[in-house]
Parts: sequence; structure tokens; C-alpha cells
Amino acid sequence: MSHATQDHATLSKQFNKDEARVNWHDETLWFVRQKRDKMAFSLSEWELLRGAASAIKDNVLSNLHDYLVEFEAKAQQNGVHVHWAANGAEHNQIVHSILKNHGVTQMVKSKSMLTEECHLNEYLAKNGVEVIDTDLGERIVQMREEPPSHIVLPAIHLKKEDVGETFHQHLGTEKGNKDPQYLTEAARQHLREKFLTRKLALTGVNFAIAETGEFVVCTNEGNADMGAHLADVHIACMGFEKILPKREHLGVFLRLLARSATGQPITTYSSHFKKPREGQEMHIVIVDNGRSTQLGRADFRNSLKCIRCAACFNTCPVYRRSGGHSYHTAIAGPIGSILAPNLDMARNADLPFASTLCGSCSNVCPVKIDIHDQLYKWRQVLVQEGHAPLSKKLMMRGMTFTLSNPKVYRLGGKIGRWALRNAPFMVNNGLNPWFSQRDMPEAPKESFREWYLKRQKE
Amino acid sequence: MKVGLFVPCYIDQFYPKVAIATLELLEKQGCEVYFPTNQTCCGQPMANSGFAHLTEGCNNLFIDNFKDCDYIVCPSGSCTLHIKDHLHSEKQEASAMQIRQKVYELVEFLTDVLKVETLDAHFPHKVGLHQSCHGQRGLHLAQMSELNAAPFSKPEQLLRGVKGLELITLARKDECCGFGGTFCVFEEAISVKMGKDRVADHTQNGAEYITAGDMSCLMHLEGILKRQGSSVKVVHIAEILNAI
Repeated sequence: MSHATQDHATLSKQFNKDEARVNWHDETLWFVRQKRDKMAFSLSEWELLRGAASAIKDNVLSNLHDYLVEFEAKAQQNGVHVHWAANGAEHNQIVHSILKNHGVTQMVKSKSMLTEECHLNEYLAKNGVEVIDTDLGERIVQMREEPPSHIVLPAIHLKKEDVGETFHQHLGTEKGNKDPQYLTEAARQHLREKFLTRKLALTGVNFAIAETGEFVVCTNEGNADMGAHLADVHIACMGFEKILPKREHLGVFLRLLARSATGQPITTYSSHFKKPREGQEMHIVIVDNGRSTQLGRADFRNSLKCIRCAACFNTCPVYRRSGGHSYHTAIAGPIGSILAPNLDMARNADLPFASTLCGSCSNVCPVKIDIHDQLYKWRQVLVQEGHAPLSKKLMMRGMTFTLSNPKVYRLGGKIGRWALRNAPFMVNNGLNPWFSQRDMPEAPKESFREWYLKRQKE
Repeated sequence: MKVGLFVPCYIDQFYPKVAIATLELLEKQGCEVYFPTNQTCCGQPMANSGFAHLTEGCNNLFIDNFKDCDYIVCPSGSCTLHIKDHLHSEKQEASAMQIRQKVYELVEFLTDVLKVETLDAHFPHKVGLHQSCHGQRGLHLAQMSELNAAPFSKPEQLLRGVKGLELITLARKDECCGFGGTFCVFEEAISVKMGKDRVADHTQNGAEYITAGDMSCLMHLEGILKRQGSSVKVVHIAEILNAI
């Protein structure tokens, strides 16, 4: 990851250098939010569905151990190999060992944010394995050597001109041709050859059913199915929170997922995988990678309810204007900002502050995660754990002293207002980030308190 | 009925006319309004920055100032929400909990406690209503666009009763302005961009004034309007409701 050293504020500032592009990004994602509204509000039971989904996930999180063991047993009965990975490194090694056992050095992968989280592509590349992402958006960002900027729409930060240029470089399409149909056809031909020749396919998992050992993969392009059906070996990787107790619960989640994500009633493909077909080998890798730590944090365990719909991305006024890469983590947006500090507090200490706490995220969330409250709580944890910059600490101590002492507050206010009126250069200068694009308020001669005391005397 | 007037620090210092309008408005409704003169700030700037552990002094000061009031009314949804959600004290926890129950944002105090239907106010202008997030999503002063639920709006209900006032329709009726407390300086680029986009929505739809229940949002939008040299002004909802 190339962005590790710069924080959200810095990366956002860079993104905002091209304001027209920011406007386009904002409008594009707002359009998705509006599609979501239209689809969600067409169901009178929408809020009940959210409540049901949230309650089912509460049950899952409270009984996770039992459900996982049940799922493993059922999957094994179905003839599936089940692997457990404590962290990203173990996950990557497990995948690599399966590849080695089959003598495979080329594979296809369909969209899996978990493998982004574990940095599987980089790991396999170092070990001489070529991975082709088959989701169109993922393939585009892979060619550009960029991480996805959105968990559902990985290349949403790119315009068709950008895609045309990328395909010209990598697939030899005509220079300057940005016709979506032409470009899609080029991708189709390119990917078809990969599907037909790769012996191993990796997919993500949207839902894993404890009672049957099945898993469900949701895509719009059918690329997961194409990969899995043509390959001799299918590996499915899942975070351990993907469990649902029963098949009947899918009815709640499948109705919520695509409506929340893209404003569709359901994904084009909701594929159920149960057992390997004859001659095929099927593996499931169940990954912890910090999830049990998060499960143990009472204030944050709810974040594990996430079904990765990205509705919180699309509604977030900050995300729409800062772009996914400004979050420098595999999962961006508001949900990423409450997941990432769990994985690495020092590296992601800026993310819970990349929000105005407007609360829109918590209210679009189909599983009712209290995202904005968790952002507030993460801020407290990060400061207590020593991840606040010194300048901010000093500023806060100064404010605390002033605001805890009425006389100091009143004197400070008087001096500040005097300075604004008589020596505005002391305030309106390059050291004041407010002033760089905004005027300061006009400073009145008297405060409300001063006015009030005068009135009391009259 | 003893009503304690809770004036946010930045209103006390920069927008005294908003507090004056609030005071007059409540007095016109027959409230006995009391302004505790030793008040400073609710402590939200520290708490939202992750320094809630430093707010003990502010919290105790707030409790000392307001514990004897029947109601506490504030012309800010954000400061009200902070007190409602986070006021806490090692020394006087019972008082803190009582205060959390009796603190009200001005508009909800008018509509829910005083049961005001319309006010005798006159403001002959085209006005855009900015829904400040903490008031809307936190205090439920108005229905939010995210939920599949029946619409309502307490501020709109009062504004619709103001003579001569024409409420404009916005493209995005409840998007955040980007102020966000210390976010406005620590995430300056996004804060300003969000503010510019809100301002554009109001100006393109013909607003002469932008109003809100929170002066902090309006201070941010005013800063942008002034920098742009715009003729559009900001006005707190208390000033409109108190305008004759």
C-alpha cells in the first residue's frame, strides 16, 4: 500500500485539487444513494427487515463459536476441506499451500475484500503466482496497481476516459476510445481466456449457513460462478462473521444487501455452493484476523454485523468528497473507519476523525450498526492509547483550561473579539486553517453575557 | 416555570443577537427565563475530539449552573445533544442524569413543551432551511431521508407559520454542511468542500437567507458565503421566529 504514511486529511486535500472531479465523484455516489432510497422505500417492511437482520446478527455474534463448529462439520460432510486462519499471513499461506499442492501458478479470483484485507495478491505475486481479478472493476484497478476505492464499486474513482487509457496500455485497445461497450467487450475477451485456462478459482463469501454448510456468493457479473465452475479447485475465503444460523435467514439478508448496495432488488447472481462437483476440490478458509479482538470490545463488536453493502460509503458526505483511497485501508468509508483501528491503531488513528458525526451512516446501515457512535468512541480510545498528535493535545488542554474557568473564558473571549476587530491579521493569517477558504465571523463589541448583565441593571 | 437559558460559548461570544432572540422569544411565551452567568461551554469540542476525559471541569460547571432549573433550553441542537448524551459527573451524577432529562433544544421546547402551533412572526424572505445533523438525526427534530418512515419537521412546522416567509426546496434536504466541530480545521479541505456544496444548493434554489437551528453550521456557511462575496445571508431560526 503506497498511502500508509499520509493521513486522511492530507490525502483528501490532494483529491480536492481537482474540484470538478470531486463533484463528479460526489454526484455519482449520491445517485447510488438515491437508487438505494427508491428501492428500500418500495418495501413497507424495510425498517422491520433492518431490525430483523440486526437481531439475527446479534444472535450470531453471541453464539459464534457454536455456529462456526456446526458450519465446519456440515461443510466437511459435504466433502469440503475447511481451514482456519488466525490472521492474514496464515490465510495467505493456506491459499498458497493449496496452489502448491496442485502445482498451479496461475489463478482467477472474484471480488473478495477479505483477500484485499490480507494483501493476498502481493503475497502470491512474491511467490510467483499470477492472480487475475475477474470482477471488471477489480481488474481495472489491478491493471493500474491501485487498491479498490470502494468495496462494491472498486473502480468508482475512475472515469471511462481513465479506463480507456488503462485498457489501451494493458489490452491494446484503440487509444482514446472510451466507448463503454467497446471497452467491456475488450475486457470480456481478455477475461474469457483467463477463465478457460485457469485451473484454480478463489471467491469471497457473502453468507455461510451453519445448518447446511453452504455458502452464498453474490455478484452482478457472474464472474464468481464462471471462475468456480470452470476450475478444478475452488477456494472460498470468509471472515468468520459471515455466518448465518439458517438458510431461511438468507431471505432477510438477500433482500437487504443489493437494495442497500446498488439499489437493485437482488444481485444478478446469488449463487449457492454446497459441495464440490465430481472431480472438483473445494476449500473454505475461515479467517479471524483481528475479528475475535473486535468481538471482545463491547463498544465495537457490533461492527462485525457488517454485510459489506457500502451504503454507508455512498451516503457519507465525507467519503463522496474524499474518495476511497484517502482512507488508506482495504475497507474505506465509515465502516472501514471503525474496523481499521482494531487492526492497527497507530496506522489508522486518523480514520475515526474523518467524519463530522452527522449520523447518516448509522441510519442507512441495513444491519443497524451504530457507526457514528462507534466513531466517537474510537476517538476516545485512540486518544487514551496515546495516538493523538502533540499539537492537538496541547490545543485541547488549553481549551479545557479556558472553558473550565469562567473568568478565563470571559477574558479570552474579550481579547479574541478585540483582536478580530482591531488586529484581524493576528487571526486572519496562514496559521488559521479556518481562514484559508472562509471568513471569520464578525466580532461584536459585547458578549451576550455582557448585554444580559446590563439589561438586568436597567 | 423556571427556564434556564443555555447559551453555547460561540453564540455568547460571536452571535449574542441569537441568544437575545432566544431569550425574547421564550419571554414572549410567558417563560421565566434565567441566564446562569457563570456558564461557559458544554464540553463538546473536547469530547468530539477524543478528549472526553478532560471534560470533568466543564461538566461540573454546567451542573452547578443549571441544576436548579425546571427546564434548560438551548438554541443549538448539537450542544443540547451533547449534554443529553454525555453529561456525566463523578461528584454529582444524580444531578447530571436529571439535567439530561430536562435539557431541550429551542425548537423542540417550543413545539413539544410549550405546544406552540404558530408564532406571531414576520419575515418576508425566501429562506432555505439547513437541517443541522445533531438536531435532526440526534434529537429527531425532523425525519431523516435515510429512513422509510413518515415525514415530519418541527422547525419547518414553525417556519411555515411565519408571515411572508417562503421556504425553498433543496436538492439534498438533509446533507451535512461539513462544520463538524474541530473537523472544520483538522479536515479543512473536506469541510470547506461540503460547505460550498451546501451553499450552492441554497443559492441555486433562490435562498435569500439560510437558516438552521445551529449557529455553528451557519457560522461555517457564512464564512464561505462572505468569502464568495455572496449576498445570501445566514440567520438563526430563533431570529426568524422572533422577527416582527
